[in-house]
Amino acid sequence: MSKQRVLEVKGLKTSFFTDDGEIPAVDDIDFYIDEGEILGVVGESGCGKSVTSLSIMGLLPKGIGKVVGGEILFRGENLVHATEKRMKEIRGNEIAMIFQEPMTSLNPLFTIGNQLIEAIRIHTDLNKKEARLRAIEMLKLVGLPRAEAIIDEYPHQLSGGMRQRVMIAMAMACRPAVLIADEPTTALDVTIQAQILKLMKDLNENFRTAIMMITHDLGVVAEVCQRVVVMYSGKIVEEGDVHTIFRRPKHPYTIGLIQSVPDIREKKERLYSIPGNVPKPGAITHGCRFAARCEHAFDQCLKETPQLYDLDGTGHRVRCFLHQREEESKSGRAVVAGEKS
Amino acid sequence: MFAYTVRRVFMVIPVLLGMSLVVFFMIRAIPGNPAQVILGQKATKEAVAALTHKLGLDQPWYVQYVKYLGGLLRGDLGESIRTGTAVSHEIWPYLAATLELSLAAMFIAVIIGVNAGIVSAWFQNSWFDYAAMVLALIGVSMPIFWLGLMEQWIFAIHLDWLPTAGREEVRNPIEPITHLYLIDTLLQGNTEQFVEVLQHLILPSVALATIPMAIIARITRSSMLEVMKSDYVRTARAKGLSMFWVVYKHSLKNAIIPVLTVIGLQTGLLLGGAILTETIFSWPGIGRYIYDAIGYRDYPVIQSGILVVATIFIFINLIVDLLYAAIDPRIKYN
Repeated sequence: MSKQRVLEVKGLKTSFFTDDGEIPAVDDIDFYIDEGEILGVVGESGCGKSVTSLSIMGLLPKGIGKVVGGEILFRGENLVHATEKRMKEIRGNEIAMIFQEPMTSLNPLFTIGNQLIEAIRIHTDLNKKEARLRAIEMLKLVGLPRAEAIIDEYPHQLSGGMRQRVMIAMAMACRPAVLIADEPTTALDVTIQAQILKLMKDLNENFRTAIMMITHDLGVVAEVCQRVVVMYSGKIVEEGDVHTIFRRPKHPYTIGLIQSVPDIREKKERLYSIPGNVPKPGAITHGCRFAARCEHAFDQCLKETPQLYDLDGTGHRVRCFLHQREEESKSGRAVVAGEKS
Repeated sequence: MFAYTVRRVFMVIPVLLGMSLVVFFMIRAIPGNPAQVILGQKATKEAVAALTHKLGLDQPWYVQYVKYLGGLLRGDLGESIRTGTAVSHEIWPYLAATLELSLAAMFIAVIIGVNAGIVSAWFQNSWFDYAAMVLALIGVSMPIFWLGLMEQWIFAIHLDWLPTAGREEVRNPIEPITHLYLIDTLLQGNTEQFVEVLQHLILPSVALATIPMAIIARITRSSMLEVMKSDYVRTARAKGLSMFWVVYKHSLKNAIIPVLTVIGLQTGLLLGGAILTETIFSWPGIGRYIYDAIGYRDYPVIQSGILVVATIFIFINLIVDLLYAAIDPRIKYN
């Protein structure tokens, strides 16, 4: 089955302009999502995951955040240059988004129905009554009991898990091609997390909606994603299908992330954590951004910025000099000029 | 909600009781005897004493106070010493004049203030934002009597667009029904007089509106800025909603609560504090009524006038509290 590419991000650069000058939050990233695919975007807080999603939606804080380079192609249309009018048509209709905080993501002063019907009526010609029926149908679809009653309730009358279901219902109301989920389960407790993930997976299968799952939780990735993009300090450091990333991670950061996941079968005094912290965006301008925290770092890592190397032609790419050398020695290519050993 | 409202209404009683006590003593602290003021400086001591006795002012303070309270309970606000008419009868035309003026002023202040605040927040750091906030700062700091005089000088004297003072055209007096002249002229279907009343209303209400307008604009702006950073506003935008609806539906309803508080307080302040404007524009309002009464040491008028204004103030704020619950479903009064 040939897959259609719904979203492709090429060389995206997003910066924040503050009193301290330009701060690059997302620096030259490329990735794509195919129809019906679930892509995991993983990384620690502050690595640029959310900024990437807000760039796609065109919802960067006005006057502060700006896409300064690259392309965001939605079915071939570059959203970076799209007008606000066109973006309004796309938001919620073609590309929808759900957020981390279900507790605060719904307007406390309007009923669930009001907010859901509004989402439906922006993009359809349905009248109020039809939109209401559609809203009830959506609430049932996301597994909310007594949908007819909930529609007239206010957000504070629902639990966090229920509110996230409402958010999903709202996002899915117009059957978007892409759903961006920004840490949708982070604020929920574990049993609810599993239910929400299952719901999203079901919706993905039933409606062929591509999902960009932003998370820092590798468990979530293993559960639902087909491919993974690992981000670090505004750059993609590794990309591949979920099995490859979990079984044969190449980048020292990815390896560290996977090691940091506690294993219930092992008894440990201390849980593993990658030493150090994520550098502030824009703090590192030379060399690999992970070098300062990497136990394998050598001279070159501090001086030059590694490229994303395709390891085996299957889409497993890694931004690390260790693997560049491995690749080059394998293919017998000459050492790149200027490389220091 | 109903039980809460009833409870709040009953809570008004101790407040008014305290209020009446404070006013009762404060006016008696003003030097001068009403009888002396009425009879003039050349009156004989006997005549003053006789009138003082007739007015009951020679009795101990607690007797006077209890008598006054007793009257209040029967709905009797006392009798004006100067005119001899019942205050409850006399007060309404003045109160109506002030109500009309303050409501017109608040209407201007709310419409312009809230919208200026919204647009300033929407286009934060734009030229509009800067201009509006500088104007608001000037508005808050401007002495109202100076503004009033400038208005008269420019719009009434130089340009001759609007009348200088008063509530109505002296040559074309209004037959009062409710004493709210806008309503009266409408009820009588007299468009000519309606326009005249409106013309008289413009300058004083703009002068009176300036300070509340500036305060409302600043509060609305900061409240809106806070709300527009919230997650649900981002959600609304992510739905594809236009900025207009994001601002005027999702943000405004959340941002309006602190603004309502200010609107309530300012309306109350205008009722009692319109005296400067009323003096400059010869507006026969309650502020002037009480002020003149102080000149005559007309104790019943001062006491009851202040009490009436205080009662209205308290009820306006009760309405504001009830509005909170109407706007925010999370607020429940039990």
